[in-house]
Amino acid sequence: MDFDLSDDQRLLKDSVDRFITDQYGFEQRKKYMHEAGGHSEKMWAQITDIGLFGLPFEETLGGFGGGAVETAIVMEAFGRGLVVEPYFATVILGGGLLRRAASESVLGALAPRVAAGKLKLAFAHLERHSRYDLADVTTTARKDGTGYLLDGAKSVVLHGDAANKILLTARIKGHRRDRSGIGLFLVDAGTPGVAGRGYPTQDGLRAAEITFTNVRVTADALLNDDALPLIEHVVDEAIAALCAEAVGCMQAMQDLTLDYLKTRKQFGRPIGSFQVLQHRSVDMLVALEQARSMAMFAAVMASEENPIERRKAISAAKVQIGRSARHIGQEAIQLHGGIGMTDEYAVGHYFKRVTMIDQLFGDADTHLAWLAKHGGLFGHAA
Amino acid sequence: MDLNFTPEERAFREEARTFFNTAIPEAIRTKVAEGEGLTRDDLVTSQRILNQHGWATVNWPKEWGGQDWSPVQVYLYQDEMQQANVPAPIPFNVSMVGPVIAQFGSQEIKQRFLPATANADIFWCQGFSEPGSGSDLASLRTKAERKGDKYIVNGQKTWTTLAQYANWIFCLVRTDPAAKSQEGISFLLIDMKSPGITVRPIVTIDGGREVNEVFFDDVEVPVENLVGVENKGWDYAKFLLGNERTGIARVGASKAKIARIKQLAALEFAGETPLIESPRFLEKLAAVEVELKALEMTQLRVVSDERKRAKGGQNPASSILKLKGSVIQQQLTELLMDVVGPFALPYQRDFDGKNEPIVGPEYATEAAPMYFNYRKVSIYGGSNEIQRNIIAKAILGL
Repeated sequence: MDFDLSDDQRLLKDSVDRFITDQYGFEQRKKYMHEAGGHSEKMWAQITDIGLFGLPFEETLGGFGGGAVETAIVMEAFGRGLVVEPYFATVILGGGLLRRAASESVLGALAPRVAAGKLKLAFAHLERHSRYDLADVTTTARKDGTGYLLDGAKSVVLHGDAANKILLTARIKGHRRDRSGIGLFLVDAGTPGVAGRGYPTQDGLRAAEITFTNVRVTADALLNDDALPLIEHVVDEAIAALCAEAVGCMQAMQDLTLDYLKTRKQFGRPIGSFQVLQHRSVDMLVALEQARSMAMFAAVMASEENPIERRKAISAAKVQIGRSARHIGQEAIQLHGGIGMTDEYAVGHYFKRVTMIDQLFGDADTHLAWLAKHGGLFGHAA
Repeated sequence: MDLNFTPEERAFREEARTFFNTAIPEAIRTKVAEGEGLTRDDLVTSQRILNQHGWATVNWPKEWGGQDWSPVQVYLYQDEMQQANVPAPIPFNVSMVGPVIAQFGSQEIKQRFLPATANADIFWCQGFSEPGSGSDLASLRTKAERKGDKYIVNGQKTWTTLAQYANWIFCLVRTDPAAKSQEGISFLLIDMKSPGITVRPIVTIDGGREVNEVFFDDVEVPVENLVGVENKGWDYAKFLLGNERTGIARVGASKAKIARIKQLAALEFAGETPLIESPRFLEKLAAVEVELKALEMTQLRVVSDERKRAKGGQNPASSILKLKGSVIQQQLTELLMDVVGPFALPYQRDFDGKNEPIVGPEYATEAAPMYFNYRKVSIYGGSNEIQRNIIAKAILGL
């Protein structure tokens, strides 16, 4: 048992941390957000230079074969920087799906382009009614000669307006919420019949509504005809990544708050000398350390092949991260007072990001209910 | 990062599990599981079995019967012991006075006390708190005046856990009344049979007799019972209080409680369905399980880190073990109350020599007393508010 990073992981952490410290201060981030497409092509190129886009791919594909721990290292740093480039959508979701679903030839063609920063991906899955049920897919894929005709509407597709290629789910057979019969397709964003409308999200990122109307694709667009299990695994990995990102955000809020308590003076002394504020910042620390522990647990368990054991761990982590983030976020704003409410100060932006992370891929209550229904984490009922 | 234990560590866990579940009498372990109070005999019997096996004083120096275990082994030992509902070795002996004597005592005092302490031939109790000195321990006033080769001790200690079982007490006493509060304190070992000592029980809200007041009225104590140097007792007390860090989370004990709650919740019905199938109940329990899992991971982070850290250096995560561990233990006693429902009501403890016939299921009898009793865990050993003060200062720099 060992919580230490390997030498390679330490090098990775050093270089990502340095990138965030040098290039991703809060004022710099504001500029990137206001560039065309809501992110900075210059930062995208720099992230490529560090090699982060190849993270999940093998070396032969231009990557460095990193796993969930490496992803967590990157995402925690990105959380601290509130990175706006579509890394999560392209590498964690898109890259994860390609790695698990694409044939050797498709992966061989696409992975090097992702690794080289030449391809942006998005995962179009959520629909108006599906909420957090990954099996709830009504978009259809009807056989059309040797290919398929795709019809349906996807909602809140993360960074869907930036993507060159879209991974989408469509039902090949069965009914809404059936676990089987969900196909995973890869289509170019410019394919006739694909229409997207991008918009900003609460946390300064982007998403899109994408409709597919009589979209004609060839048979090789279908990566997997029964894709739910692999989608569940990729989503579990994505949740582990979001947990790490949230820890980066929480650490930043804790640091900002402590700094403020030590420097802000009222009644002739630093407000951090008041016991009520001291105790509240200790409770923030407790919430942070518990969240950090569970993000580590999630990173290690994300590669577990037994889906129930994996999902239990991931759900437990998402519950802890959701609870801790809400507590730390709300307290960070409160302890700052008025300045915490302002758009020009960083703490609120972290608060908004962790709040949106809770709404993604199942909020804390949803995961808690699932965990409860599946027997919890310890012991066994008689 | 690898959360798997090595084959050797896994084998050690197996060995510990087998030992705890076979060597310690089941009757004792059942009492622990059910929250029933242990007799002096139970505690001494259990400790002697552990001591015979070399497992009573694993945290002590090797020459005095300790084990040269890695932090991971210590963790596994505690986790398995708690999960098997084995009573912890008498903490006053093993975690408190033993390490102080081993660290600061003369060779003579070590020989005199350590083997007997390890084997529970001496049953210690702790004389620290006083009526006017709780969180502010250094304000203590029990005084020891040097008269020739004796100290004359006068004063009062309180919250003295299991003083009714103890034959010795280790005390913080004021030996220099002129010194500032933290100076002028000494660490003194006192035979409970000494004339002038009176023990009076304090009945707690659960009806239990765990704690006592101890009065000292011109008690004569030979000077050779002084540990270390006169007026340096505060340093030894700080060493003692800083010793126990990871076991305090009591993760293993909470795991055992969860297993028990799940078993009992299958026996209790709300209408047609057992409580264990009630989504509301299960979600409350799962919420605590998540916190416990996080705490276990936090504890493992501390354990893993301990190997590299210089002695005395503290991982920030370690500070939260007591804060969070105490709250989780308390929440589990609330869930046990949920399980037993109305059969929490009958008061069925027999301290007063009464042996009322049991009302309702037998497992319900200790639910309410345990709930009431466990309010103590966020108070003793430095209340959670004191813990927050310490963390704010030492870790957050406020």
